[in-house]
Parts: sequence; C-alpha cells; structure tokens
Amino acid sequence: MRIFIIKEFLQIFRDTRSMIILFGIPIVQVLLFGFALKNELKNVPIAILDQSKDVYTQELSHKILSSGYFVLEEMLQSEKDIEVIFKKGEVKEVIVFESDFGNKLIQTQQADLQIITDASDPNTANIVYSYTQSIVRDYIEELNISSQKPVLIIPQTQMQYNRELKSVFMFVPGVIAIILMLVSTMMTSISITREKELGTMEVLLVSPVKPWQIIIGKVIPYVILSFINAVIILLISYFVFEMPFSGSLTLLLSVSLLFIVLSLSLGLFISTVSDTQQIAMLLSMFALLLPTILLSGYIFPIKNMPLILQYLSDLMPAKWFIIVIKNIIIKGNGFALVWKEILVLVAMTVFFIVLSVKKFKIRLS
Amino acid sequence: MKTILYLVQKEFLQIFRDKMMLPVIFAIPVFQLLILSYTATFEIKKIDLGIADLDQSATSSDLISRFSASPFYIMKEIKGNYQELEEQMQSGELEQIIYIPQGFEKKLFTKNNTAVQVVTDAINGSAASLMSAYSMRIISDYNKQFLVKELFMPMDYKNINTEVAYWYNPDLNYKTFMVPGILVLLVTVIGLFLSAMNIVKEKEIGTIEQLNVTPIKKYQFIIGKLLPFWIIAMFDLLLGLLLARFVFMVPMIGSISLVIGVAAIYLVLVLGMGLFISSISNNQQQSMFISWFFVMIFILLSGLFTAVENMPQWARALNVVNPIAYFIKFMRLVLLKGSSFADVSHLIASISIYALFMISLATWRYRKVS
Repeated sequence: MRIFIIKEFLQIFRDTRSMIILFGIPIVQVLLFGFALKNELKNVPIAILDQSKDVYTQELSHKILSSGYFVLEEMLQSEKDIEVIFKKGEVKEVIVFESDFGNKLIQTQQADLQIITDASDPNTANIVYSYTQSIVRDYIEELNISSQKPVLIIPQTQMQYNRELKSVFMFVPGVIAIILMLVSTMMTSISITREKELGTMEVLLVSPVKPWQIIIGKVIPYVILSFINAVIILLISYFVFEMPFSGSLTLLLSVSLLFIVLSLSLGLFISTVSDTQQIAMLLSMFALLLPTILLSGYIFPIKNMPLILQYLSDLMPAKWFIIVIKNIIIKGNGFALVWKEILVLVAMTVFFIVLSVKKFKIRLS
Repeated sequence: MKTILYLVQKEFLQIFRDKMMLPVIFAIPVFQLLILSYTATFEIKKIDLGIADLDQSATSSDLISRFSASPFYIMKEIKGNYQELEEQMQSGELEQIIYIPQGFEKKLFTKNNTAVQVVTDAINGSAASLMSAYSMRIISDYNKQFLVKELFMPMDYKNINTEVAYWYNPDLNYKTFMVPGILVLLVTVIGLFLSAMNIVKEKEIGTIEQLNVTPIKKYQFIIGKLLPFWIIAMFDLLLGLLLARFVFMVPMIGSISLVIGVAAIYLVLVLGMGLFISSISNNQQQSMFISWFFVMIFILLSGLFTAVENMPQWARALNVVNPIAYFIKFMRLVLLKGSSFADVSHLIASISIYALFMISLATWRYRKVS
C-alpha cells in the first residue's frame, strides 16, 4: 500500500512540466485575478455633446471628467455622431446638454440634461448612469448654495468587514474554490481514466493490491498536492492581498482539506463514468468550470437569480465552501455559525464516494 | 484531397464511436447556454435590511417607512436595540443595518443635527457602495422634505432634470448581453480542448507512429485533423445562435453572415492554438492543464463577467493576446448594436492576423517525426 502511494508520487513528481503547471497555475491565477478583477468604476470612456457651451455646461462637464470615474473620449458635434461613436464600441455613455442650457437655468431655474448609455451592457450602463447622476446631484447642491439648507440628519456610513471596499475580498475566496476544485477534480479524474485508457488499470486490478487500495493510493498524493496548493493560495491572500484572516486557522485548514477531499471524490466519480481522458476532461471542464464560476456566488450574487437557479446553486459544492471561507477569513466566525454549510460539504463528499465505490464495483464484476 | 477526406472520415468515426462524446459536445453546451445566461446580473435589489430604532418616535417611524416603501429593500427586522441586529449581520441574514439613535426626533425639531448610522456588509465591495448610496439618498431626501414640511423652509431653487436613455437595450435585459459571450466561451472551449487533446492522444497511445509512416503530407494531416473539430464547433455556434435568436430573443441587428464569416476565421485561430498546445505537450494531462490555464485567464480577462474598463492598465494590455476578448467584443458589437464591417474592421483584422500566426506556428512546431 505504502509502496503504491510512493510509486504514484514518483510518477507525478518525475513529470517536471506537470509539477510546474500544478503549482505555477494556481499562483499565477490567484495573483492575476486578485489584481485584475475589479468591479469598481474607473476611467470609463464617455463622450459629451454640448449644444450650449456656456459656463454651466463647462463647469458640470469638468466636474464629471475630474471625478476619476470617466475620461473624455470625444467632444461630439451633432446628434448623428452619437450613433457612430457607440457603434465603434469604446464609449459607454454620451452626455447631452440641450441648447441654451445655461440661459434656461438662469431664466426658468430648470434645464434638461440627457444621459445616453450604451445598454448593450446593462450592468455597466446602470452603474455609469447612477455615478453620473450623483455627480449631477452634487452639482445641483452647489448651484443652490445660496439657499442651502442645513443638513440635520447626518448619515454616517460604516462598511463592515471591508472598510476600503476592496474587491479582492469578494474574488479571492472564489478563486481559491475554483482552483482547488478544478485542480483536484481534474487531476484525479484524468489520472484514473488514463490508466483505463492505456490499459494499465487491468494490470493493477489483477495484482494483489485491492481495488480500494488502488483508489486510495491514487488519491492520496493529490490530496497532499492540493493541500499544499491551498496553503500557498491562503498565504498569498494573507500576505499579498491582506485578507484579514480573523477566524480560526485550524478550522480554515480543515475545511479546505474537506473541500479537497470532496473535489477528489467528485473526480473519482467522473472517472468511473468516462472511458477516455478526453471525456473525463470535458466533463470536469463543462460540468464544473462554468457552473462553478456562475452559480457559486463567486462573481454574481445568488439571491438575484431566478428561483430555480437558486436551488440549482445549492448543488454546487463551491457555493458552500465560499460561504464558509468568507465567514472564517473575513468575518472571523467560528464553527457555531458555519456548521450547517460544513455539514452539506460532508454529505456531498460521502455521496460521491459511495456512488463511485458502487460504480467501481460494478465495473469489476 | 481524397486523402484529407479519408482522414476526416476516420476522425469523425473515432469521435462519435465514443458514446459519451455526443452529449458532451452538443447537449451540455446547449444546456449551459440555456441555464447560465440567467445567472449573470449585478442588479442590487431586495437588500435585507434591519433597523435599530432607539427613538421610537413618529419621525423615526416616518423615516423607516421610506425604507420599507423603497423597492430596493426588504425590511427584515425592526428592533429596539442594535446588538441582536449586528449578530444577524454576522451570520449573514442582514446586509444593511440603519441605526436611529435616541433623541432623534427631539434634536431634529430643535434644529440640532443628529447622526444616523448606516452599517453595510461590505464583503462585496461594489454592491456595498451601491447599497450605501441607496440609503444615503433616502435619508437625504427625507432630510430635505422634513425641512420643507415640518420646519417650513423654502424648496430647492435651481434644478437640472436628468433624463436617461438606455440605447440598444431599453429594458436592460441582461440575457441579451450574456448570451453572445457565453456562446463564444462554449465554442472556444469545445474547439480548443478537442484539438489540444487529439494529437497528443495519438502520441500517448502510440498511434502517431503509424500515421507518421504513411505517405500523408503534413498539411493534409493537419487539415484532416482540424477540419472535423472546425465543423463540430461551427455547428455548435450555429445551434447557439438559433437559441439566442429564438429562445433568448437576442435582437441580432447586425449582419449574420458577417458573424458566421468571422466565426469561421476565429475557429481557425482556436484550433491552431489547440494544435500548438498539443504539439508541445507529452501527454493529455499536460495539454489539458495548459489549455485550462489559458482558457481560465482568457475568460476572466475577456470582459465576459466583469467590464474590461474596470481592470488595471496591465490587465487590459494582456487582452492583446486574448482571442476570446476580441471575439466577444465583435459578437456583442455586431449582434447587439448592428455595427458594420467598417466599425469592427480592426477586430476582424486582429482575429485574422492572430489566426494566421497561430496556425503557422502550430504547423511549424508540429513535426511528423515525434
């Protein structure tokens, strides 16, 4: 048994290229996504159509452009240009000042401002609009400074758990989950189907090693490798991204280990249903990659999805793991507040192991 | 030509002999397109709100009623103390807590200012800043109204009316935006993985030697290998476009033949990349990891989920070598906005040059003698 595990280890370590990939990929990806994925609005290209060109329009334009959220791509000359510039695809918003904007504002106290957004991307359109609107609101307050009313109710905002609103807090737990899941699941499913495909599985099966020993021998090296991976990623999120890590470290590591075992058992299950590495890989890729990204709450909040998808998301192991990780790392919660999610993860693990053992036995008879 | 046809026939037989292959190539992508397109929305509505009302006055309940009337909030809990609410936020039941201190009403009527605390769960930073902005707006509107109604101060003076127009998608339907992107993704994954694992599989099993000793020429071999995947991926794309049009009602303003034409070039790029990965790896596991590494990066940087504009400069620079980014941008421009050939010619040029480069690189790297 021990010899068998050692053999697997040797086989994995001998392949230096795979080793580089195995450890290099997660590190590169965590760093890349931790730094690159952001949802904060910054430097969005906009265009302005100023049909009035007076003090007010220039002041407001300046205010909008100096906010840091927007950069001016082009000053448009006529309404026809709006369509043209949108079709080129860079500009996300066009701000249109009506003609005589300033005069109207002085004479009738009212003026119209049109905000045209490129809503082919509705998410960005919405955010861009609300940012612009709040700048305009501020400007209106400034205009009315003479009749300024006292602010009696002072809202004090407090951003709990993430004072600086860093987006890494949202993305890093998801990246950890996805990388662990894909690496562990893919590795096991591929390495077992490989033996099948090359015909060496039969050789192993006729040897005096028992089937469950073969499986354990196959899986243990990957448990260890994935665990090292998990620790590296956690170290990066602590030292590079300055995640707080306010909860118990033991709990965090045990949950990571549990999640790795879950992913491996899922990989085991995939390997029992596929005959070739290609199928195993496509299954892990399709059944896991997109659903895990989209349905785990990693990028898109689950509670905004249609109800059926919310139920479907309950089936995603990553969803539960991400909840637990956020609770432990960011909120510093203990076992008492996350035991339910952990229980779900345990149940899923048991389910996949039982299922694969059954499948495996059938194949043998 | 005949040789190529035989090779193509052989490949098709080999692909479809595997019973799992058919559902994996056709059913799963369709299924994913149908389901996953509904997931992607950043809309913030239904915020779980708790209010700690320590004042319990007519004014504080008036302010509270503003929150319950807002479509953005679900009033979960109105309590007389703060402690319990904070625990509920800790366990994830509440996303925002408004704390109204004692003496709130009294201070307002004596024109003393008073603080109202807004505590937001900010793990999701961008959602938190929106949530906080919503509540600030409600409070500041209430503040103004209170001054006008209760303290008889004059109304606002100058005003700028903002009117918003959502072009190309007035209903802000998120699906029309996501469907073309997810479609690109599925087609890319199918094409890249099938081609990346195919030749290396022959290497691993040893059948490549048999092919090498046949009089097949290099170009025949490569065309014969890639054509079947090209056809499969193209078929997937057309299927996806039909679904997009008739199930998701994606407008498709632009020219469909342009889309199909550029897709044909794009797939050459993807398959070339797969072939290249295949030729530099020793076994399927390796080629799969390499493909997975690049696909992950390409997807997340492509602007499919998070807008490219928000990324730092260096990340945007990386997108110069990101085929998915080019093609998603192209698809969205043409399908959703009806951009013409001239509008997207720079994208088409990039895709074509990239495709040419990739396929030549792969052909050059692939040696008949392994």
